[in-house]
Amino acid sequence: MKQYFKSKGFITVLASVISILVGLLIGFILLIVFNPAYALGGLGSIITKGLSSSDKFAKVLYQAAPLIMTGLSVGFAFKTGLFNIGATGQYTVGAFCALVAGVQFRLPWWVCLIAAMIGGAVWGFIPGICKALFNVNEVITSIMFNWLGLFMVNLLLNNMPMMLANYWGASNKDRTAALASANPSAIIPKLGLDKLFDSNYMNISIFIAVLIAVLIFIILEKMTFGYELKACGFNKDASIYAGINAKRNIVLSMVISGALAGIGGGIYYLSGTAQYTIVKSLLSMGFNGIPVALLGASSPIGIIFAALFISYIQVGGEALQPEYAKEIIDIIIAVIIYLSAFSLLVKNILGKFIKTDTGNVNAEGPAKEPPKPEPEKATEEKGGNEQ
Amino acid sequence: MSWTSILADLIGATILFAVPLLLVALGGMFSERSGVINIALEGIMIVGALCSCLTLVGLDKSGFGAAHPQLGMLIAILVAAASGAVFSLLLAFASINLRADQTIGGTALNMLAPAFAIVLTWAVQGQGQTTILIPTWTRITQDNFGIEKADTFFQNLIFKSFYLTTVVAVILFICAYVLMYKTRFGLRLRSCGEHPQAADSVGINVFKMRYAGVIISGCLGGIGGLAFTVAAGSGFQSSVAGYGFLALAVMIFGNWKPFTILGASLFFALFKIIGSYSDSIPFLPSFKNVNSSEYIYLMLPYVVTMIVLILTSKHSRAPKAEGIPYDKGTR
Repeated sequence: MKQYFKSKGFITVLASVISILVGLLIGFILLIVFNPAYALGGLGSIITKGLSSSDKFAKVLYQAAPLIMTGLSVGFAFKTGLFNIGATGQYTVGAFCALVAGVQFRLPWWVCLIAAMIGGAVWGFIPGICKALFNVNEVITSIMFNWLGLFMVNLLLNNMPMMLANYWGASNKDRTAALASANPSAIIPKLGLDKLFDSNYMNISIFIAVLIAVLIFIILEKMTFGYELKACGFNKDASIYAGINAKRNIVLSMVISGALAGIGGGIYYLSGTAQYTIVKSLLSMGFNGIPVALLGASSPIGIIFAALFISYIQVGGEALQPEYAKEIIDIIIAVIIYLSAFSLLVKNILGKFIKTDTGNVNAEGPAKEPPKPEPEKATEEKGGNEQ
Repeated sequence: MSWTSILADLIGATILFAVPLLLVALGGMFSERSGVINIALEGIMIVGALCSCLTLVGLDKSGFGAAHPQLGMLIAILVAAASGAVFSLLLAFASINLRADQTIGGTALNMLAPAFAIVLTWAVQGQGQTTILIPTWTRITQDNFGIEKADTFFQNLIFKSFYLTTVVAVILFICAYVLMYKTRFGLRLRSCGEHPQAADSVGINVFKMRYAGVIISGCLGGIGGLAFTVAAGSGFQSSVAGYGFLALAVMIFGNWKPFTILGASLFFALFKIIGSYSDSIPFLPSFKNVNSSEYIYLMLPYVVTMIVLILTSKHSRAPKAEGIPYDKGTR
């Protein structure tokens, strides 16, 4: 049994590593095609920039923290059979709530984070309740709530003069106030880490994110509550038959997923270095949660590493300018996800071998741990029910 | 402005923005009724718009476009369809041959397309140049018909924003309806989305049918991308502003059927246009005390869609087998 889990984990990691290598290779080919003279240096900066100085490394950690949160948001929903494409909307609303609590109400940082969590949760709750009660596809609802969230936040910010930077003596009014001048107590504490890394970007948010990832791991893997959520995603009819309240669980999954994305927005904008800018396009940090979750195979621990990796190559990508557009990094990430869709296939083939394996175990005696439901298998299972 | 010219503007602009929604939602319909969820429509639109806009710029530079404007536009439409179809093959390959998760594959393509568009635009137009401008000759004007310009209702209605894409959309709509409901191909395609096992058992090649569905959706999505860029008016900026996703909502709201999709896309476009014309329509509230009240109107189409989706979800009937990779072993 132990060996089987080991080998399965190994295959998952191997599949991710292969996708990453192919993605980087395609990125390198693009660099050569568009500007051969800088190609080798460009690849070098993608791979090494994140470690080139303690400031750059601090920036990797600083961007990884919200990515872990949005990745957890998408991954948690995946585990429970939902596709939360609305993480970016929940992230935006979370950021807004955190900033309102910090700037308008002058509350300390941890209260702001709770406000962010509640904001995100509310923005996840509505698609959840639409799915549970009216069976409206959560993908469509959450896409629309991305735009609704963005427009609502922009509308509200434009009508709250105290929130904007120009109220606090700065000249620009297209962004929220700098926390350092508005309310320093809302900035997430640095605990001397900024001095250690010699970087303004460093604070404890990466530790908060990792802690929450571990918490989600415990909920999903070690608690009955998490098991019920996963069971609903695996086979809704069977879990209803087993006495699980499927509708309640769908709503709860979306609420938790939204709350996670909301915290992500909170920790990014409470860092003291970021100001929310009023723009009409969706924030990419929320969308990047999707590749993080896919690359991390929806496992909370995998998501931590996936977020670090994506943040790392993004920091490298910024160094590509002006010779290349930094969106080359997005191409690399997209290729990695496209390939990870294949790796599910590899895992499914492997899963067939494992099925016979667990069958034998069951014949010998009841297995201690029931086989873990996974979203990618759910589709296969549905196909089986069809006949 | 007199109210007749406002009305003409309103109807004209509604049709202009309904065209991309209609085309893309019809594309989604073909893909989904063959059993493949096509969440990549946004990406397909971007690729179609990118390739056709580059074609238009090329035609403009060579002087061909100014000499034969509508022939140039037709070439751009064909390029949009072809590039969308090629891009959609990536989705077809992953979701049909490799039986990968269709939503994940589609999401990857949605990320790939805008990034690729930005990188390519940079490479073609030089650093930091992110907009591809559409030549002005693409619009059909009174001159094309030899009519004199006049400030009448019908001329305002038709010629203010008239492009070849609108004509093509009407033709394609009729073709799509006939293809889906009046031909053997359409029946077979639909059967693959409802019960592929049964379809296979009577000798229909499910893989081929699904490929056909995805490729048709790629063609329509690509043309839709061009139609959107033309309608938006400010050139191609590596984005179609969420229209691919909106088209998915239109498709669901339209219950996966051509005529209801037509109605749904007009409905959506109307609410979108009301937002941008809110200043000049007298009976709409103007929210004088609210800063940047344009956001209220920007939110309107989404709120209306949400309400409509909730109200109609009881009658909503998705193709039964959509999203499930076909496995011969499950017969």
